[in-house]
Amino acid sequence: MNDQPSILVLSGLSKSFPGVRALNDAKLTLRSGEVTALLGENGAGKSTLVKILTGIYRPDAGEILIDGKAQHFNQPTDSWAAGIAAIHQETVMFDELSVAENIFMGHMPRKKSGLIDWPLLHSKSQELLKRIEAEFTSDTILKTLGVAQKHMVEIARALSHNARIIIMDEPTAALSGREIDDLFDIINQLKSQGCAIIFISHKFEEIFKIADRWTCLRDGEYVGDGAIKDVTQAQLVKLMVGRSIDQVFPKRNVTIGKTVLEVDDLSNATEFDGASFNLRQGEILGFYGLVGAGRSELMQSLFGISQAERGTVKVNGNIVKIENPSDAISAGIAYVPEDRQVQGTFQPFGIRENITLPSIANHAASNVISYTDELATTRKFGARLSVKASSWEQRLNELSGGNQQKVVIAKWLATKPNILILDEPTKGIDIGSKAAVHEFIGELAGEGLAIILVSSELPEVIGMSDSIQVMHEGKFIRRFSGAEISPEAIVNAASGGAH
Amino acid sequence: MKALAKNREVLLGFIVAAIVLAVGIRAPVFLTGESLVNVITDTCFLFMLTLAQMAIILTRGIDLSLAANLALTGMAVALVSRAMPEVPLGLIILLAIVIGAALGSINGALVAYVGIPPIVVTLGTLAIFRGLIFLLAGGQWLTSKDMSEAFLSFPHANLLGVPSLIWIAGLVIAAFWILYRQTQFGRGLYAIGGNPVAARYCGINIPRQQFIVYTIAGAVSGLCGYLWVARYGIAFVDNAQGYELTIIAACVIGGVSIAGGIGTVSGALLGALFLGVIVNALPVINVSPFWQMLISGFVILAAVIVNARSERPIGKLILASARKLERKA
Repeated sequence: MNDQPSILVLSGLSKSFPGVRALNDAKLTLRSGEVTALLGENGAGKSTLVKILTGIYRPDAGEILIDGKAQHFNQPTDSWAAGIAAIHQETVMFDELSVAENIFMGHMPRKKSGLIDWPLLHSKSQELLKRIEAEFTSDTILKTLGVAQKHMVEIARALSHNARIIIMDEPTAALSGREIDDLFDIINQLKSQGCAIIFISHKFEEIFKIADRWTCLRDGEYVGDGAIKDVTQAQLVKLMVGRSIDQVFPKRNVTIGKTVLEVDDLSNATEFDGASFNLRQGEILGFYGLVGAGRSELMQSLFGISQAERGTVKVNGNIVKIENPSDAISAGIAYVPEDRQVQGTFQPFGIRENITLPSIANHAASNVISYTDELATTRKFGARLSVKASSWEQRLNELSGGNQQKVVIAKWLATKPNILILDEPTKGIDIGSKAAVHEFIGELAGEGLAIILVSSELPEVIGMSDSIQVMHEGKFIRRFSGAEISPEAIVNAASGGAH
Repeated sequence: MKALAKNREVLLGFIVAAIVLAVGIRAPVFLTGESLVNVITDTCFLFMLTLAQMAIILTRGIDLSLAANLALTGMAVALVSRAMPEVPLGLIILLAIVIGAALGSINGALVAYVGIPPIVVTLGTLAIFRGLIFLLAGGQWLTSKDMSEAFLSFPHANLLGVPSLIWIAGLVIAAFWILYRQTQFGRGLYAIGGNPVAARYCGINIPRQQFIVYTIAGAVSGLCGYLWVARYGIAFVDNAQGYELTIIAACVIGGVSIAGGIGTVSGALLGALFLGVIVNALPVINVSPFWQMLISGFVILAAVIVNARSERPIGKLILASARKLERKA
């Protein structure tokens, strides 16, 4: 197999964003007729690499060779023209249009007059659908199709560009067993037609079934590649997570107190099922899982943003009914959401107004908001979190991401919670702010706050947590504590494998 | 879903027919050919402008300045006609289209290349255009005596027994049908409104398309500007005042989604026809204009409620069991 010609060679690829080095001297080689699994933890640089290959990002440095020729992708169309097509994690297409239009949007067959050649559009689409053995017709409206069928439309779309390099980013995430088999049949067919495929998946079972080769990234850097038949799952996991993770995070000595939160069999119809756990004073409970495992949805339900259908929540031994966020706040629960810009801050407001918003009633003894009270609270929490700003009235959209995150945490601390839920608290912030946030989380636990830390960053969750609950597809897989915690075991559990 | 959309259009068609018949029973004069042609002729402006507005709404935009553009262009060509009565009609019409398109392209440039929200841009240009009419005419009203014979007679001319206004509207409708249905550009408008990110990944040049739709809408407004002034024989600051909202109402009633990406030519035309019939038929049986407004208002809300898509899943499908159910459904 190794004597197949290489279609695509990436070398020295680097890309930085403010505060983050997403890719550093990465490399990747694809050969025709081969499936290459691209491996790496969340944040290892896989999506950045895909976005460079599809012309969405431009690399800071590095070379992309296709058939030995250097390529420069300034926009998505350049990348197609070079024969690259990507099938995205979440199908991004046009629900209201027909399958044929979805396949050929942007490059529809046209008559001499420049008008769309509908008969040709449909016959070409039908041909592509036949090639991948799809059972629906080209005039079907996309939104009537299921997720697996939408994937097939995306594959047909890739084929319509005569793509020779097809990137599949978590293509099986929403598919059932039988549908995965169908997808693998299609992949094998594409291989036999000489396509090279990049296959991104967190499920090792699939990787060993379909991939011929692997390439592994870690922290934006290339760490190895080779043939799948020469490697074991344990070796791959070690490469993905292999780093020392104990220096960065403050070790704490905290006495764990009494149980403050008991969740029993919390479930809803589509997002999580049978969630049961306890949380004690001073404890940090990490929640780890792949993106889309249902962690945030569970937390949103605990905070009353959505409703659970079954199960109970007890705070300090008393059953509480949480129907909306205001119930949760009165029960002493605070939730720092993942999407800070949308769910966490009021960008045009100043720091003071942001910090006191959820606890505004406490600053309005006689129904009139007391500015001095507000300022006192803002000073206290702003200073504790060392928010860097020119004044407490500075607008949030003028602050850095890290400082915004500090304001969001400060705002929830001002509600004086007993239970603090942090959802991806360090996502997208620079390393300096990250360390400050970590240190502060440790301090809060030391003061007896019970903390839930939802994080997709393995070192963070391992470094900070007393115990770690792993979720997979909405279900609780296992809770790891103390010596049971190892990166390998956690990654395995999160991939849904009990291997 | 396609069936439902079609059904809604059929339903709207029935409602329009029912109103026409009901009014006809009370006042048989309404059902004469002459009277019906008059209703259609009166609604021609709304047909053309609704289809122009639809192009913009499809891309998730909105244009509040269409009626102001119409009034400004109408005033401009009326002034030209007064100053130079010998200018041929063809040139006047061409001038109207060009002025309208130029005004529309200001909106387009600000939305597409400066990135200002359409509602803000067109709210601003609406006021500017109205203000310009006053400056241009020095606050004067131009009436039929200021305009040349050829200028005034064209909208009332007949070809094969059909008023020229209907012929022009027919051509504009046909052009829009081809645009929406038969061109990649037109399908791209649906893509932009349906999923802007995916549209960009498909290589659609979103700013360029936005710029073009505002310019096209402006051109149609300009054309209507001349026709309006010539038909009613008057050009003044408040010409077609408030008409921009009637245009948007016709889109909404016709099933064009304000959220973008959804809308058909037939639906938009029916929406316009509905409002045209309300305005022309109800006065025949002495229904006051306030009742007309009330009825239009209720129909707009009813149309939006019908359009509101209630089929979205309640949550994300994370559990394997939930995904299986979804597939069966």
